Amino acid sequence: MSIFTMPSLGADMEAGTLVEWMIKAGDTVHRGDVVAVVETQKGAIEIECFEEGIVETLDAEIGATLDVGAPLATLRTPAKGSASAARPAADPKKHAKREAETPAPPTEAPPPTSAPMGATPSEVTTGEIPAASPAARVRAAERGIDLGALVGTGPNRAIVLADVEAAEPAAVKAAPVSSSAKPGLDMAAMRTAIANAMARSKREIPHYYLTQTIDLQAASDWLTATNATRPPDARLLMGALFVKAVSIAAAQVPQMNGHYDADGFHPAKAVHAGVAVALRQGGLVAPALHDAETLPLDDLMTRMRDLVARVRSGRLRSSEMTDGTITISAMGDTGADAMAAVIYPPQVAIVGFGAPVARPWIVGDAIAPRMTVTVTLSADHRVSDGRRGAKFLAAINTALQTPETL
Amino acid sequence: MTDADIRKAILEELTQIAPDIAPSDVGDGDHLQDDLELDSMDFLNLVSALHKRLGVDIPETDYPKIATLALAVAYLKTRIG
Repeated sequence: MSIFTMPSLGADMEAGTLVEWMIKAGDTVHRGDVVAVVETQKGAIEIECFEEGIVETLDAEIGATLDVGAPLATLRTPAKGSASAARPAADPKKHAKREAETPAPPTEAPPPTSAPMGATPSEVTTGEIPAASPAARVRAAERGIDLGALVGTGPNRAIVLADVEAAEPAAVKAAPVSSSAKPGLDMAAMRTAIANAMARSKREIPHYYLTQTIDLQAASDWLTATNATRPPDARLLMGALFVKAVSIAAAQVPQMNGHYDADGFHPAKAVHAGVAVALRQGGLVAPALHDAETLPLDDLMTRMRDLVARVRSGRLRSSEMTDGTITISAMGDTGADAMAAVIYPPQVAIVGFGAPVARPWIVGDAIAPRMTVTVTLSADHRVSDGRRGAKFLAAINTALQTPETL
Repeated sequence: MTDADIRKAILEELTQIAPDIAPSDVGDGDHLQDDLELDSMDFLNLVSALHKRLGVDIPETDYPKIATLALAVAYLKTRIG
């Protein structure tokens, strides 16, 4: 028997609201299956299962807001799974689908203490009185209904969802419970989530910063020439070149790529590049593009397109929220010259690209106008120092000088 | 196609790519990237969608010619012929 719990989907997540079950009691689930959809401060996330088993019971109701670590479902796992039931509730990294696909030595798995801060198992969020199911509370809060005025028909006279619905004016009854997952985001919640994660980052991570301006003319010319021969569907963006160049550099300088937890730094074997995507309503998300260092550039671009589309439509996957090993944030075509970004815990580095701009540049003995970009590395001094950081920036520069090999 | 048809096509594709933008948010003279905050990926997706829908392959060098809704309608009208 194993308890499937609300996973932590990042350093800034404390709770999530269950909006959809994709499984029911009796279903067989496999690692990597999407089993539920949870609304977080960063939008709706598809929750992947990290175990094999048969669903015994669903332990959370649609509409319930649950702390990270709260039980969602009980799985009947194969006999050998008795150990898994004893595993700590909130340690999504350990059970990530990715690791299941590529069997790694047991020592690769972070120890239980590696759960992100704030990911301690805890109880379902409830008030004191009166007794009511989570879904009933959510619905009542949404509708402005006083629970104290209701008579419960559930176990021990607890107020259940049906009691709240019965008290609602007829006009609003038609709205499904999942309407709480509004298409737009709760921007105040998003801002709070970012504030918490970034405050934690600045409190715990001794950042250091290195900046280098890189000659981007070769990459820019190659991109223009390549895209001129391609239909829109096959075109590339400079952002894809940046992600690939950083991923190649991260594979070469392991001190930039991995997670830092209570036991120190764990370098990652693969580069799962977090791609920061700004949301127009404010805020941002940085879902992971898995194995970016090995992806051919065209494939990487296709994956980036898919990732951005799903950021906009609000359907990212839990592994994408937690697997990032380094983050890349790019200003885009226009904007500020440079960006010194804040590291996203538990990662140890983030690379900020300013907007590419033509600048006077020394070429041989002459000054010439060249396309350039200013790259800023923010890195964790607990893991590396400036010399290592400079080597990393140099590797990014080198990669961008031969765009055709990316 | 009339101007109105083209305008409708652009707005439909735009709001598909950027579901957080309503057609009524888009002014004729609004810069799609600076004012409506389409990023370069959104903009490329719009170019792709217009290619599929209208059969017009907009080269990168012409991107400035579709920078606003009004510009894009005029540009696409000449390209559709």
